[in-house]
Amino acid sequence: MPRSTASLRAYVITRVILMVPMLVLLLTFTFIILRVAPGDPVSTIFGERGNPVVIDRIKTELGLYDPLYIQYFRYLRDVFTGNMGTSILTNRPVIDEISSRMPATIELTFSSMFVASVLGIGLGTFAGTRRDRLPDFATRLYGAVAYNIPIFWFGLILKLVFAVWLGWLPVSGRFSPRLSPPPTVTGLYTIDSLLAGNLPAFVDAVAHLILPSLTLGIVLSGFFVRITRVNVIHAMGSDYVEAARARGIPDRSVFFRHGLKNALVPVVTTMGLTFALLFSGAILTETVFSFEGMGRFVYLAISYRDYPAIQGAVVYYGILMVIISLGIDIVNAFVDPRIRY
Amino acid sequence: MAGLFARGRTSLVGRLIGTFIGQSRTVAGVLVWIGIAVVLAILVLAVLAPFIAPFDPNTKVASPELAPGGPFLMGTDRAGQDVLSRIIWGSRVPLAIIAVSTTISLVLGLPLGLLSGFAGGRLDRGILLVMDSIYAFPGLLLAIAIAAIIGRGILNISFAIAVVYVPTYFRVIRNHVASVKQEPYVEAAIALGMPRRRVIGRYILPNVAQSIPVIFSVNAADAVLTEAGLAVLGLGLPPGIPDWGFDISLNWQRFDSSWWATFFPGLFIMILTTALTFVGEGLNDILNPLLRKKEYKAGAQA
Repeated sequence: MPRSTASLRAYVITRVILMVPMLVLLLTFTFIILRVAPGDPVSTIFGERGNPVVIDRIKTELGLYDPLYIQYFRYLRDVFTGNMGTSILTNRPVIDEISSRMPATIELTFSSMFVASVLGIGLGTFAGTRRDRLPDFATRLYGAVAYNIPIFWFGLILKLVFAVWLGWLPVSGRFSPRLSPPPTVTGLYTIDSLLAGNLPAFVDAVAHLILPSLTLGIVLSGFFVRITRVNVIHAMGSDYVEAARARGIPDRSVFFRHGLKNALVPVVTTMGLTFALLFSGAILTETVFSFEGMGRFVYLAISYRDYPAIQGAVVYYGILMVIISLGIDIVNAFVDPRIRY
Repeated sequence: MAGLFARGRTSLVGRLIGTFIGQSRTVAGVLVWIGIAVVLAILVLAVLAPFIAPFDPNTKVASPELAPGGPFLMGTDRAGQDVLSRIIWGSRVPLAIIAVSTTISLVLGLPLGLLSGFAGGRLDRGILLVMDSIYAFPGLLLAIAIAAIIGRGILNISFAIAVVYVPTYFRVIRNHVASVKQEPYVEAAIALGMPRRRVIGRYILPNVAQSIPVIFSVNAADAVLTEAGLAVLGLGLPPGIPDWGFDISLNWQRFDSSWWATFFPGLFIMILTTALTFVGEGLNDILNPLLRKKEYKAGAQA
């Protein structure tokens, strides 16, 4: 026992140290895409009709005429000191813009993950235990269709039906303008309103979250259905399940204690990979529902060709992904001792 | 060299067709056939667009936002263009994007995967680290960043999408190579002093080639969805090219008054991507022996 704790600690420390080269690599990659790749952002922004004098001035301001290595080190310094420039659109520092919008995306991401895992694991188990029969076929069909719905379009349909036609849920936004938002503690409206003991605000925040998280969650559940199904089939056909059956353990208990439990380990570990999918989906979902998070910020940044904002968003997502993958690896090492060093 | 390629490929295609026909009564077989039929139908639509489309896709043919009916089976959009004609012509874009972007991904991912899997060691770990970082990054955002810099056009968009999927090709091929490398016949060939390039071309490549169709069909669906996402965000093709994604971006803000102009393009995206996934899932079931127990059972009974 003490040995395994020590190996877990060693693993965590190694992974935290490895984060630094990963971050630098990722930042370098971003730099290559945004600066070194052929094409130049300012000309793309202004198009061919752009005034050459203005373009020239902006390029000088952004330091795009300096040698690449100077640009590179200035860029690294800026990122590590949290200086990502000023948004052309809002004239506020990009970092402020990002940090004020981040809680919305976190709220959306977690509630979508919840929807996706409940639907996906439930249906995937259902299909996996009825292999090659009609329910299995139907669920696989659901999985394939759900995963392939254009998320933007699906959000529009849900919005039209449940918000516009039926009027059950709010059409867009994060919070009703007629209520005053709870005092900011975490920035998450659901948690802040509970902390303030403001129940109507909590209900309002949840109501605004339902459609966006259903949109994103259902699409993602297609992926979860698939991996859950495969793993349940795999686990239920394994030797240890056969052995448990042979020992006369009741079917229910074989299924829950031996089959499902083992089937879910790989599912939980792959969940981590879906964060990248979630963030991609969130960009489109937030745009449909005018949900003021990071994704909507990216959309606005593109629409107004706000180059510092685009760069800031890319860097920010990169850092976020490095941190998340660290978290996932640690959870995996905790669950599965074979991963540790 | 060319001869070796041809041999590897014909045997693979022949085997696939054989398995398809043999499996056509299983769920996987049915899905593959449905998928292939739908993809082919859309291909026909794209090729014959000038002859089938009732109207010119880029001309105002009636007043804007006419409900479906009469000469306009799917209504007209905000600009008074015929939605059906735009859908027929628009089928060309996703197919072109699939062709170009998967080719670029393959051209970049295959050699890197072969190199990494075959060489092993530090080089392998280095390439893996880079590929994993790209893979962990939200794909759409990466495509956005690239598309925002290199601008519009089928080639540019395809390139932006291709970069996102290089790691998928790389991963699958690298792992496959690493396992094939352990096979006795490959070890024997290396031990007998066969040049590395010939070992790869003669023994490894034909083996690895069978995982390409599966990645292809999965990636193809993702590529279509990514293109649509880029188009919706205003980073798609220049106006004037009928494109399903672009049509959604043009009409979505009027969704509650003229739903048809947004609904039909989205529906067609979904039909195409689902069909591609059926092909991929079916192929995977057929090529992946782990999930093929049913066939063994059937064989034992016969």
